[in-house]
Amino acid sequence: MVVTRIIKTAFLFSTLLLSFVVQGAILPEERADVLFHSYDGGGVTIEGPSILVRKHVNDSVSLYGNYYVDSITSASIDVITTASPYSEERTEYSFGMDYLRDKVTISTKYTQSDENDFAAKALHFGISQEMFGGLTTVSLGYSRGWDTVGKLGDPAFAKDTDRENYRASLSQVLTKNMIVEAGVEVITDEGASLNNPYRQVRYVNPANLTRGYDFEDEVYPNTHTSTAFAIRGKYYLPYRAALHGEYRFFTDTWGIKGSHFEIGYTHPFRKNWIFDFKVRSYSQTKADFYNDLFPFSNAQNFLARDKELSTFSDFTIGAGVSYEFDKKLLSFIDKGSINFSINHIQFDYDDFRDISVTAAPGTEPLYSFDANVMQFFVSMWY
Amino acid sequence: MNRLITYTLIVASLILSGCNIEPWVKPYERDRLADPIMNFSRDPVSSSYLHHVYQAREGARGAEGGQGGGCGCN
Repeated sequence: MVVTRIIKTAFLFSTLLLSFVVQGAILPEERADVLFHSYDGGGVTIEGPSILVRKHVNDSVSLYGNYYVDSITSASIDVITTASPYSEERTEYSFGMDYLRDKVTISTKYTQSDENDFAAKALHFGISQEMFGGLTTVSLGYSRGWDTVGKLGDPAFAKDTDRENYRASLSQVLTKNMIVEAGVEVITDEGASLNNPYRQVRYVNPANLTRGYDFEDEVYPNTHTSTAFAIRGKYYLPYRAALHGEYRFFTDTWGIKGSHFEIGYTHPFRKNWIFDFKVRSYSQTKADFYNDLFPFSNAQNFLARDKELSTFSDFTIGAGVSYEFDKKLLSFIDKGSINFSINHIQFDYDDFRDISVTAAPGTEPLYSFDANVMQFFVSMWY
Repeated sequence: MNRLITYTLIVASLILSGCNIEPWVKPYERDRLADPIMNFSRDPVSSSYLHHVYQAREGARGAEGGQGGGCGCN
């Protein structure tokens, strides 16, 4: 909480400070994107559209809207071992505005997301300032979110979660070929259901002669505060191509420590093509109250068996291609592009076991799965 | 708290005095930095989706760049 208080104080003071410094900035580009996304892995398929449209009202105001859908069909390891496969849909709407005044950009966004058992609303605010002749950009952001978690088959179950995000980042031009960005974000959640209310933990029960263990509901703390630090850089190579690198470190009050690094290469080819390649590696330690198999029922105050809270690592290899076309094809636009990307992710869990395999409790094989994430989208600038 | 105020005032003075710093990369030398391939988020609709994919499957969250603010999902 001390860290949160320092961040809050620094955030408020820095916002005042930024108002004294006036340099250059520009509004984001006017463009429209229509994307179809697909995730397939671990018995889960999620697909749907995402449509993002941005239009400038005048030289200082830019409006945008995003419509996003996740159509989910799940027979994940959690679902097949403790529940039944299901299908559901999540729809998210966002509306935002960027306002450029005295070359300072002020941003606001409202987001609303609905599922049949989950609703989320969030307000975002940001201020961004270029300084030192346009070589440095400082950005600050604050978000407030309100979630309501429900449970199908239990109309009385409705638990609220409040969330606050504090963000700060600094983008710095180092040379005529290199730019770096460093950022920090503190997120606090408070609510009576910070977990998925359907998920259960398992505990050893010798009285269960069939499998030797039983299930009971998870119990989570009512608060969660996390801090993430990231640094990323882009380097323009001696020919027209770019390298990028990124590192992020994460820590939270539940005992998880995680980090990832990513490196990538962007290679334009002839006039119209751009190819992207990347690899990304992530690993984390488990939450203090996570256990794949508790020794007995209600073994401790807090109980979790969410594999996202376990010790695990994942590795991504990705590639993308983009073809740019000009206004000869569509006269009402300045330019457009057709894009396709695929990311293959391998997840390996160190202390989450595949209990769909029958074995003595605690000796089942460790769980792993891989997923393919595909995106196809068309973008138009006007 | 006093230490925090002192540090903040030092940083504030540096930033305010820094307004007169001569940019070491001149505006006419920034054509490479302005190339779309040097953008951290060349296609916001795509990067925002990938952040959502990772945020839903990893314990870590935040500092993804861009506007951020979470994915509004469980």
